[in-house]
Amino acid sequence: MAKHVVIVGGGVAGTIIANLLARGLKEELSKAEVVITMISKEDKHVYQPGFLYVLFDKMRPDELIRDQRSLLAPSIIFHHDTVVGIDPKACEVHTEKGKKIKYDYLVIATGSRPMPELIPGLKEHGNMFYTLESAVELREKLRKFEKGRIAIAMGVPHKCPVAPFEVTFMLDDYFNKKGIRDKVEIYYTYPIGRIHTLEPVAQWGVPEFERRGIKYETLFNMEKVEAHNGSVAVHSAEGSTAECDLLITIPPHRGAQAIMDSGISNDGWVPTNRHSLKYEGYENVYVAGDTTNLPISKAGSTAHFESDVVADNLIAEIKEGHPAKDYDGKVMCFIETGFDKGTYIHFNYTTPPSPMPPSKMIHWLKLGYNRMYWLTARGVL
Amino acid sequence: MADKVIDARGSFCPGPLMELIAAIKSNPVGTTIEVLSTDKGSAKDVPEWVKKVGHELVGVEEKDGYWSIVVKRAK
Repeated sequence: MAKHVVIVGGGVAGTIIANLLARGLKEELSKAEVVITMISKEDKHVYQPGFLYVLFDKMRPDELIRDQRSLLAPSIIFHHDTVVGIDPKACEVHTEKGKKIKYDYLVIATGSRPMPELIPGLKEHGNMFYTLESAVELREKLRKFEKGRIAIAMGVPHKCPVAPFEVTFMLDDYFNKKGIRDKVEIYYTYPIGRIHTLEPVAQWGVPEFERRGIKYETLFNMEKVEAHNGSVAVHSAEGSTAECDLLITIPPHRGAQAIMDSGISNDGWVPTNRHSLKYEGYENVYVAGDTTNLPISKAGSTAHFESDVVADNLIAEIKEGHPAKDYDGKVMCFIETGFDKGTYIHFNYTTPPSPMPPSKMIHWLKLGYNRMYWLTARGVL
Repeated sequence: MADKVIDARGSFCPGPLMELIAAIKSNPVGTTIEVLSTDKGSAKDVPEWVKKVGHELVGVEEKDGYWSIVVKRAK
């Protein structure tokens, strides 16, 4: 009887794991000893870090999209369908199209989704850039923005924790290049008591904000957004209000509805062992990417590094009967510090980050990676 | 005993306070949440935030190499 590996989700983690398994289990697949099935609600794969570049006309939307099937090794069975329920006791997933699929091993990689509707008024009066459509919509508003105050605010939790800095620095460069920076005020807010959750990044950022004339407020958690006479007011849980003409936010995120509906958790994150990356209590279920409840960054690189561990462990389990390695909490993020320089950070559970001074070289490396990502998805890079 | 425990030990990003804020928002009023943190700053910045927003600080305790901070969602 063939071992059936089912991967739910065709984002960064799901796609990398599927392709690594297809390569690592090539012989078993050819002998029909293993079957790999991916179920994804999307039949297009979108490179989400590109949204920031679309916002500032640095990339065109169609550069970010590939057919999901085209990224997968031919030996992988692909279902374009939405998983609506997971039953880990019965080793079964249920789909919107009415299928019940049994598995021997399951990978949950259902990701996260921005949910502006969780904050009253945010969907109606705020803007975001965390979907392709919203990035294009905001790009058009920025093109027309000639003077006034832009406020930046974060929901919690949110994926890509360096994006608040990146969008702020890029806005500064954008309006400088347009020659109207003196007519545009940039007002940055952040949920905790410093301007970035990573202390060394916050320490580097304060003089940079001051040099660029970016005002900021910390301990600011959006509670309600209102609009009157063309002006937007963002009220915080801490009791202050930020008035602006244009509100740019990263909304709070939640995991997939299927995780909530299956009773796994009330926020869509799956309780995950921080080293084995297994769903707590289930030896045959792995979790990767934004879907975990681990206290680490929800980011593409996290998904990538976790995927290497999950794929290697699944291959070892199937070939040798036990997993091979632990995840050490590795995360690596580029940080664009404007249109022409960038830096990066890396850290894990035991090693704190230490950002390098921004350079053009790192920025070019990031631009190069924006094109090379498709090799990552294919499990090559 | 807290209703929910967040093990944010070794979390540099998003960090213990951000994890607590997320947990408070996704759990009902009255829930007690225990945050475990290896960041000594948490013993100061978590109570500060809790006071500012108006939740209830149930306790802060230094344990073997980490801090336990218990918070009750009050509103």
